Amino acid sequence: MTKQKVRTGFADQLETREIEIATGDPAPWDPSRKFSILGSRVTRLDGPAKVSGQARYAIDTRRQGMLYGRILRSPHPAAVVKEIDLTAARKMPGVRAVLAIAKPGESVRFAGQEVAALAAETAEQASDALSAIRVAYEPKAFVVDPQRAREENAPLVFESQGGQTKSTGGDLPSASKALPRKGNVQGPRKTDTGDVEKGFAKADATVEGTYVTQVQTHVSLETHGLTAEWNGDELKVWASTQSIFDVRNELAESLGLDKSKVEVVTEYMGGGFGSKFGARVEGVTAAKLAKEAGAPVKLFLDRKEEQLASGNRPSSIQWIKAGATKDGKLVALHLVVHGNGGTNGGTGTSRPLKNIYACDNVRVEEYDVFTNAGPSCAMRAPGHPQGVFALEATMDELAHKLGIDPLEFRLKNDPSEVRRKQFEIGAERVAWKTREERRQTKDPSVRRGVGFAAALWYNTGGTGNSATVRIHKDGSAEVIHGVQDLGTGARTMVGIVTAEELELPLERVTVRIGDTRMPEGPGSGGSCTTPSSAPTIRAAAWQAKQKIAEHLAKNWSVPPEQVAFMKGEFSVPGDPKRHVSWSEACAQLPAEGVSATASRAENHADAWKRFTSGAQFAEVDVDLDTGLVRVKRIVAVHDCGLVVNALTTESQIQGGVIQGLSYALYEDRILDKTSGHMVNPNVEQYKIAGALDVPLIETVLVPVYDGVNNTHSVGIGEPATVPTAGAIANAVSHAIGARVRRLPITPEAVLEAVDEARARGGVA
Amino acid sequence: MKNFVLLPARSLEEAARAAARPDTELKAGGVDLIDRMKEGIDAPERIVSIAHLPGLNQIQMGPPAKIGALTTLAAIAHHADVQKAYPALAAAAEGAATPQIRNMATLGGNICQRPRCWYYRLSEFDCRKKGGNDCYAKNGENRFHAIFDTDLLCVCVHPSATAVALVAYGADLEIVTPSGRKKMSIDDLFVRPAKDATEENRLKAGEIIQTVVLPAPASGSRSAYRKLKEKESFDWPLVEACVAASVEGGRIREPRVVLGHVAAVPWRSKEAEAVLAGRSPSQELFRKAADAAVAGAKPLTQNAFKVRLARVTLERTLRDAFA
Repeated sequence: MTKQKVRTGFADQLETREIEIATGDPAPWDPSRKFSILGSRVTRLDGPAKVSGQARYAIDTRRQGMLYGRILRSPHPAAVVKEIDLTAARKMPGVRAVLAIAKPGESVRFAGQEVAALAAETAEQASDALSAIRVAYEPKAFVVDPQRAREENAPLVFESQGGQTKSTGGDLPSASKALPRKGNVQGPRKTDTGDVEKGFAKADATVEGTYVTQVQTHVSLETHGLTAEWNGDELKVWASTQSIFDVRNELAESLGLDKSKVEVVTEYMGGGFGSKFGARVEGVTAAKLAKEAGAPVKLFLDRKEEQLASGNRPSSIQWIKAGATKDGKLVALHLVVHGNGGTNGGTGTSRPLKNIYACDNVRVEEYDVFTNAGPSCAMRAPGHPQGVFALEATMDELAHKLGIDPLEFRLKNDPSEVRRKQFEIGAERVAWKTREERRQTKDPSVRRGVGFAAALWYNTGGTGNSATVRIHKDGSAEVIHGVQDLGTGARTMVGIVTAEELELPLERVTVRIGDTRMPEGPGSGGSCTTPSSAPTIRAAAWQAKQKIAEHLAKNWSVPPEQVAFMKGEFSVPGDPKRHVSWSEACAQLPAEGVSATASRAENHADAWKRFTSGAQFAEVDVDLDTGLVRVKRIVAVHDCGLVVNALTTESQIQGGVIQGLSYALYEDRILDKTSGHMVNPNVEQYKIAGALDVPLIETVLVPVYDGVNNTHSVGIGEPATVPTAGAIANAVSHAIGARVRRLPITPEAVLEAVDEARARGGVA
Repeated sequence: MKNFVLLPARSLEEAARAAARPDTELKAGGVDLIDRMKEGIDAPERIVSIAHLPGLNQIQMGPPAKIGALTTLAAIAHHADVQKAYPALAAAAEGAATPQIRNMATLGGNICQRPRCWYYRLSEFDCRKKGGNDCYAKNGENRFHAIFDTDLLCVCVHPSATAVALVAYGADLEIVTPSGRKKMSIDDLFVRPAKDATEENRLKAGEIIQTVVLPAPASGSRSAYRKLKEKESFDWPLVEACVAASVEGGRIREPRVVLGHVAAVPWRSKEAEAVLAGRSPSQELFRKAADAAVAGAKPLTQNAFKVRLARVTLERTLRDAFA
């Protein structure tokens, strides 16, 4: 460990601080560095393979003699499994393996829960054979409506204390087991900062409201699943996953195998959004079927199964009350949330409220409501889009009540200097000051609204992964790192960081990712891929470079620390005889070249501590007569640390905005209350924004050098979707002069608000 | 999906005879049929394909104009003469589904497609449209369902956009039957679910629409089509409205007003027509006609907003047509 001077800060506001740097790790890049490739707009390394169809996704895997697996699912939202008879199914054409997933006596708690599975020679035979599995159920009373589930006489989702189902070991938000449960309501998880009653007593103005959000599903383009192949006692799988190592660990644990006997490969995959961590039921089932059949088994869910049982963003009912003094200081915040994640808990929404605006008195009470519906799991910024929607609506209302401009009100209460700057940038871009005069449009039915909301995320990324960089005698480099690319551009990021550190053109760097035979990479959750991987890769490249310097030092008979590397040249500064180009240096290496494997250093505890921040501004057109909302423009101002690839960072932000817009206006999992079935388990009636629904999206990146890791990297996947729905909802409310308190913002919700405004003598 | 026998017909007459057999479905573009088979709500033994038959995808402007039943929605939407003479039909075809679907979907298939009601489309529900005993939408999830005829057996809405326009233009249909040919006004094609919810139209087994015949536009003819969708990309309409009429001496003659996605059939509003007929176009008149069109609406538990949307959409369509 050595203390080194590191410049940190954002934009041009930099300061120097001393940071402990671990041995073997380079110090964070100085902001003045002229980067050769890092931060520029680099097209994806795998772009040509993807657009030409050459890229083989996990779902494209074909193996010799491969069988097709299918899962039988419960048709009942609540039942006890009495008996499972597999005999007839075994005799069906093409069937090679059949197994029960549920055991007699066990309960199923949602329509779509896994009961049994089989593998057959064709996909069609597998589907046909499912009907030959005979299951006797004892159906029970059920509840799918979270309001109804809270009533005293509601059917119980869980009969005894404890026990909530989890669809996978990789689920991120998990509820504490110690929480009390009454009926179907678990909690509260309660936190108090300061004294909320005293805060409200000091307030000159208070507002309160109830905000309702829907269930959103992940709808990854590639569905969940894997192909499993046994070779003796070794298992190899090709999985669509956000974490190859989590899949390996879950398979090893579930099947009683040594980790060393399991290999997981994810060369290309089509999205996860938080729903694709461990092997999950379908992955373990595929491996078991493959074992029983003695043949590889491919088991991927279809779209309907995906909608029913692969996870979702829980719904919420948030009651929120806020108070401020007349000079605009926030003095009290109180949130009571009832989240509904079907059979899963961990549905809180409080983190934005606790972490965005400064407030001395904050009380939070979070309850999980259980229903007989598919379990929630992590979804892109769990709890945050719903939390920001309620919080930022409340902030607008409170500003209005105080007679303070909503932007000014935020600036007064936001402790983040980065976000305050972002608010100003966004406000300038959307001409915030003239929004009132722009409300009227040429069309007498249409009003233009402008609104905004804040984003935050956390300094994620950390230890537990490593990378190898090899440099060959011909001067080419190879980086080997077991991370997976979800479609975010991770593969390209790995190459760019290597190329930057070695000052090589990107085409001289070969990137190898997506296999558990490689040095362990991070799981891609919590927006931690880049902040975990980039510093690791840089350290390995830096160490490999040091090894070249050591070889040269020996040849030049100087101490290694005298050899410097600058502008693609190794030299002993001040010594005109001792300098060689990169290729000349590599040519002097031994036959095997050099290779270095580095582990991710700890996050620097003495770095510039802060949250990742962002702000999004929305401009919308609202038709007062039809209630239809069209988003015209989103300005997304974000902090992504020191950007590795401006192109894919912008793509991530655009994706987050589109997913957030879709959540704000369209997406909704609809369950039939009488039968417990989802009525829109598809992508037709489960509505997702399409190309024509996507507005102009402008991204602005504010560079931040926090010094937490050697590349100043932070993730952007999650923060990019945190504020979008809140910004759109605030813009809609501005347009119509009344508050919309429910997502999705449907035509009927808008019309209701328009009527409310007119009844008050407002708008129109 | 069950295995089936695919029978490529050599002529429309042969197809009509083959399709008259039980457990047999007719396939043109196959867009809706394949969906239903994948959804497990239709499992025919035999599929009679007419997609490849020559000469059935022609547009002749006449008068009267004749559009072959195998003409794709894309071809109709992009046909310059159709756009000029029957703009509402071109607009309805242009706005339907997605570009990929419009390139496959035929006019005949579009008129005869089955509804999108989610209870009908899910094999879990044995609803009246599938011959069962219940309409699950009536007291269930009915946000997208009917606002007229909601006391009948089934509250689904008719999905065809082109049908709305064709009813407004008063089209005739030339039909091939297993034993010959017949003609039918499109006014007589669609059937309200008063006694039976399993059929949307009066075509019997083996009857195939061959040609859609459109009367020549009268002098001073006006027409317009509009719809409201939640999404701009690939979404079914919440409501549609179509108006066709002529204006003579400053007065509206023979108006035909049709609403879509509000009932189990394209919903002709004689009430609105009565308001418009013989009167001079004005904003006031459009408002009255739109009010009259929805006066008899009986929305379900979740879709009262559709009444309002239908009213507004019709008023705007009248403005498009006459203002």
